[in-house]
Amino acid sequence: MVNPAYILILGALPIAFLGRPFRQAWLLAVPLVAFGMALGIDDGTYGQIQVFDYTLETLRMDGLARVFTFIFLIAAFLSNIYALHDDDPIQQVSGMIYAGSAVGAVLAGDLITLFVYWELTAISSVFLILARRTEQARRAAMRYLIIQVGSGVLLLAGALVHVAATDSIAFTHLGLESTAGKLIFLAFGIKCAFPLLHNWLQDAYPEATVGGTVMLSAFTTKLAVYSLARSYAGTEILITIGAIMTAFPIFYAVIENDLRRVLAYSLNNQLGFMVVGIGIGSELAINGTAAHAFTHILYKALLFMSMGAVLFRTGTCKGSELGGLYKTMPWTTGFCIVGAASISAFPLFSGFVSKSMILSALGHEGHWFVWAVLLFASAGVFHHSGIKIPYFAFFAHDSGLRPKEAPPSMLIAMGLTAFLCIGIGVYPAPLYAILPYAVDYHPYTTAHVINQLQLLMYSALAFTFLMLTKLYPPELKSTNLDTDWIYRRFLPCVIRCGGRVIVAIDQGARRGFLHLVSEIIRVVHRYSGIEGTFARTYPAGAMVFWAVGFLAIFLLMYLIG
Amino acid sequence: MTPPTDSPVDEKKYWLDDKKNVKKIVWAVVIICAALFVADAFYHKHPYFGAEEWFGFYGLFGFIMCVGLVLGAKVMRLFLMRDEDYYDEAHKDGDE
Repeated sequence: MVNPAYILILGALPIAFLGRPFRQAWLLAVPLVAFGMALGIDDGTYGQIQVFDYTLETLRMDGLARVFTFIFLIAAFLSNIYALHDDDPIQQVSGMIYAGSAVGAVLAGDLITLFVYWELTAISSVFLILARRTEQARRAAMRYLIIQVGSGVLLLAGALVHVAATDSIAFTHLGLESTAGKLIFLAFGIKCAFPLLHNWLQDAYPEATVGGTVMLSAFTTKLAVYSLARSYAGTEILITIGAIMTAFPIFYAVIENDLRRVLAYSLNNQLGFMVVGIGIGSELAINGTAAHAFTHILYKALLFMSMGAVLFRTGTCKGSELGGLYKTMPWTTGFCIVGAASISAFPLFSGFVSKSMILSALGHEGHWFVWAVLLFASAGVFHHSGIKIPYFAFFAHDSGLRPKEAPPSMLIAMGLTAFLCIGIGVYPAPLYAILPYAVDYHPYTTAHVINQLQLLMYSALAFTFLMLTKLYPPELKSTNLDTDWIYRRFLPCVIRCGGRVIVAIDQGARRGFLHLVSEIIRVVHRYSGIEGTFARTYPAGAMVFWAVGFLAIFLLMYLIG
Repeated sequence: MTPPTDSPVDEKKYWLDDKKNVKKIVWAVVIICAALFVADAFYHKHPYFGAEEWFGFYGLFGFIMCVGLVLGAKVMRLFLMRDEDYYDEAHKDGDE
């Protein structure tokens, strides 16, 4: 048996040397081979490596790891198809290594292995942003890299403290009690885009390439969700954190103009649902989190694919410049609507069968306030992802743009993803079968279907009402300040102002010191200079005169005495 | 790229180009909402929370919250909205 992560990572290396047709076949074959390999791995621990006193477990398979491994490999396959038109070996190699390291991290049984893959996801994924090859993307990529590597450093620090305290490197339940637990929690929290730690996501993802964003949307944050579920299931504070994550970003999503950034905000919101599930920690909740991660990766990828196709064909993804594209991009429009219906959790679409598990788990626990927040967020998701994205890109006012339909490779990828979104929604049994715990859950009850339809249709009614009354904020060319303002504006300003103060102090000190030195020189010069009292020269005769004079006085006093 | 606004004259007319059809969609949404409101009388609820038992709770909650969301976001724009090239200007100022 071979670790599927190795297949992807080593499989990435020959891409640069293969000719075009072989390369394309290779890009599709490698994830399939890895998926086939993953299917055959039974629960257990494999691939132990002895390093000094510690045994690394490079492959640990169990229920939780299996769901994430499967969906990561499916996502790698679909996004490779999607990106076939863009024959850029840098993206292809880094994308494959990125997917492989995400799978490797999920399969890691110890914290050291996890750390290695954790950093590898950061380093490989940054090339998907750099490959956009614009100055703006380069800057965003550097910010992204610093934050991602920072998360890795925290993870390493936490792991070292953990080893020192417990002499164990096992990647299992950690909890928040210990220092190590807190450090690792923060490391996971950064990658999971916790509130106030979130903004790298909305900053970097929309700057990546058309295909790169699709890949990015699948792996990093869901790896963090997996890690939290592994180490912090049932940690109460996650319920609060998750609830804030579901509600806070949707306000931004409503006013954001860049539609891929809107999707990044809604990605953040969807992560919130998963984090709440982890915080509850019951079997139903963890199943819900795993199921939601699975469906979410698919519909979020589908939405990013459709917006990527728009960006690819029109050169922009800004709501203020788009509209009316359904006329010439009908297939992309259709696929986008499937993604929108799935993320909104319409009955018969994938989001419905997964998100409801988390809400039900919340109901069982009786957290009414959090439940209300999540319900609000569910309505909000439909509002900004379900309606706003397709509406402003493909309908709304006619922008006059008449781009060609997306290229075939993109359409095939979107078609397959859309098929999975509907397939899971209509027939969720296969998904339920691979969840970590046995599933006894029926999403399609009359009450649930009607309630969900009520929630969604009245949200649609609200949108219609706001559009007709012109209360809906128009799409405007703008930047909305978020936490990245702190490190893009505030801190540079502090440093620049601080720099000015330091320069002033420094100059003052130097000037004062120079003044002091020149003052000393002046005094020394006065007394010891060429004309100074101490340095004056006297003729030898004067010396003799004085000596004789003193002798005469001496003689005189002697005579008198 | 195609020139903005004016679409070609001989272009095919789409169903949605007709304002009447857009109105039909609006009415369809209204009718579906009304039907869903009435539907609350005809099934057995399994509520976790008391509020779920209120007649038409999900619909009203969805509507009010969405209007609140959009109006709240509009207010946020007053504080948070800047020019599109807000951050680019910072780079023009100097460093790097």
